[in-house]
Amino acid sequence: MSDRDYTAQELMVAVASREISDGDLVFVGMRLPILAYAVARNNHAPNARGLFEVGLMRDLPAMSYLGTMGDPPNVAGALWATRMSNLMALMAQGLVDLGFIGGAEVDRFGNLNTSYVGPPSKPRVKLPGSGGAADIAILSRRWVTLMSHERRRLVDRVSFVTSPGHGDGTRGWRRRNGLLGTGPAAIVTTMCVFRFPEGGGEAYLDSIHPGYTLAEVRENTGWPMEPVGDVKETPAPTVSELSVMRALQKSDGGTTGV
Amino acid sequence: MTMAEAIESFVPDGATVALGTALEPLIPFAAGHEMIRQGRRDLDLVGPISDALFDQLIGAGCVRRITAAWVGNVSEGLGHCYRRATESGLPRSLEVHDHTNFSIALALWAAAWNVPSLPARTLLGSDIVGTNPNLTTADGLVHIGAVHPDVAVIHVQRADALGRAHAWGPLGITEEAGLAAQRVVITCEELVDASVTLSDPNRILFPETKVVAVVHEPGGAHPSPVQGYFKRDHSFYRNYAAASRTSEGFDSWLKRWVFEVANRAAYMKGIDADTLRVKGSAPSVPANFADE
Repeated sequence: MSDRDYTAQELMVAVASREISDGDLVFVGMRLPILAYAVARNNHAPNARGLFEVGLMRDLPAMSYLGTMGDPPNVAGALWATRMSNLMALMAQGLVDLGFIGGAEVDRFGNLNTSYVGPPSKPRVKLPGSGGAADIAILSRRWVTLMSHERRRLVDRVSFVTSPGHGDGTRGWRRRNGLLGTGPAAIVTTMCVFRFPEGGGEAYLDSIHPGYTLAEVRENTGWPMEPVGDVKETPAPTVSELSVMRALQKSDGGTTGV
Repeated sequence: MTMAEAIESFVPDGATVALGTALEPLIPFAAGHEMIRQGRRDLDLVGPISDALFDQLIGAGCVRRITAAWVGNVSEGLGHCYRRATESGLPRSLEVHDHTNFSIALALWAAAWNVPSLPARTLLGSDIVGTNPNLTTADGLVHIGAVHPDVAVIHVQRADALGRAHAWGPLGITEEAGLAAQRVVITCEELVDASVTLSDPNRILFPETKVVAVVHEPGGAHPSPVQGYFKRDHSFYRNYAAASRTSEGFDSWLKRWVFEVANRAAYMKGIDADTLRVKGSAPSVPANFADE
C-alpha cells in the first residue's frame, strides 16, 4: 500500500461512511465508525444523527480526542443526554437505520463473536462480551462491521454467536427467529468488502481494495470463498473524504484510530 | 459519612452490588478501592459495560460473580484480570452471567417494577441466552429475569446530606439500578445545601428514601470523567492496562494505588489533579420553578 496516499484504515472509513444515507439515525461506535460518521455528515449526509449507547444523541461529532463515547467533549453540544434504555427504545421500534459493530471474529454468515474463544465454561480466551453489540445486531435496521482481514478473524463458523448476523445462513433465518432488522449489510475489512444476499445467506465478495488480489483475499479468509460474478475494485477514498477524516485526526492529536 | 464507614455498613461480603452504571463516566472507583482495602469477598458485581473497575475488583479476589454486558478497559481493550479469572481461575474462579447493555437495563427495570422478568426482542438468536440461567426464550421473545442489587453505589457531581443527588450527562442505566437496589450509596464531588438540589427536583436521581449514605469524595471517580469537574485520565487507563498484564504487575499496581493509600484524599496526592480538573464553565440555563 506504500504507493498509495491513504491508509487501509482510511479506505475502510470511506467505505463505511458511504453506508450512511442522509437523514439516517446511526448507532455510532468508537474510533473508525466515528470518523465514518463525520465523513458522511460533512459530505453526503448532512442530516444524519448519531446515537451513543451511553445515552447521547449528536449531530456533529465532537472535534476533540475521545477515549470513550462518554467523555465530556462528546456530551457538550449533544442533542440529547439521557438514559441508555431510551436509545434502546428507538432501536426496538425499528427507528435506527444503521449500526456499526466491531468484533474479534466474524463468520461467513455475518455472525460475530466477542464473548468466548473455546468453551464458555473453560474459555481459552475470554473476550469482553457484547456491550451493546448484540442489541444493535438484532434490533437496528441494518449494520456494518469493520475488521482487520486475518484468517483467524474471518472464520467459517464462529464458536459462539454473541451478535447474530444471518444465523445458520438459510434464507429468512432472521425473520423466522424474530430478529428485527435485515442484519449485516457489509463486512468491511482491510482488504475487501463482503456483502450479503437479500433475505440472508453467505457473505459474497463485492469489491477488493486497490492493491490487493483475489488470491490474497482467499488466502486470508477462513471459509472457501467463491466470488459470484464480477468482483469490483473498491473506490479509493476521495480527496474530500480524506480531508474530513484527517482534519478530525489532526484536531484530536491523531488518536481516533486511523 | 466516610467512604470506609459507608462500605463497612452497606457492602457486606456476598452482596450484589451495582457499580459504574453510567458506563464510562462517573465510575465510583474510590468506593471500589475501599471494598478492596476492606477485603470484601464473594461480591456479585452488576453493571452494563465496566471500564476497568470490575477488572480491579476481580483481580483483588473480591468477586464471585459478574452480571454484566462487557468487562474490560474501554480505551485499551481486554481486561487482563477478568481473563485470568475466567481462563485460569486466578486469583479465584468466577461465575459469569452475560448480558447485553439493553438486557441488563431490562433486568434492573424488572427488579425495579417488582416483576420476575421482562420480555424483549434483544438477544434473539444470540448464544448468550444459553449461558445465562436468567435468560429464557418463550413465545418468540427473550424473557430477562430480574436482577436485584442489594446496593447501588452511584457517583454524582453534587448531592445534599439527605441523599438528593444531581448527576448530568448521559446516565446509562443509573436510574434503573438505583430503583432496583435495596439501598443506594451516593458518592459526590460536591456536598451542597438542600436549597441547591431542591431548586431542580427534575435532576434528582433517586427518591431520598432509597439513599442510605452520602459520601463527600472529591475525585472519587478518577480516572473516569465527571462532566464539569474532571476530564478522563486516559494515560491512567493505559498504565493500568500495561501493569495488569501479569498477576505480579497487577499486585504492584494494587499496592501502589489501593493498599498503600489510606483513602481517596491520599490517592489524589499521587495524580496530577490540577491538570485533570475542568476549568471551563458552561452552565445550563436555569428552569423557572416559581410556586405560582
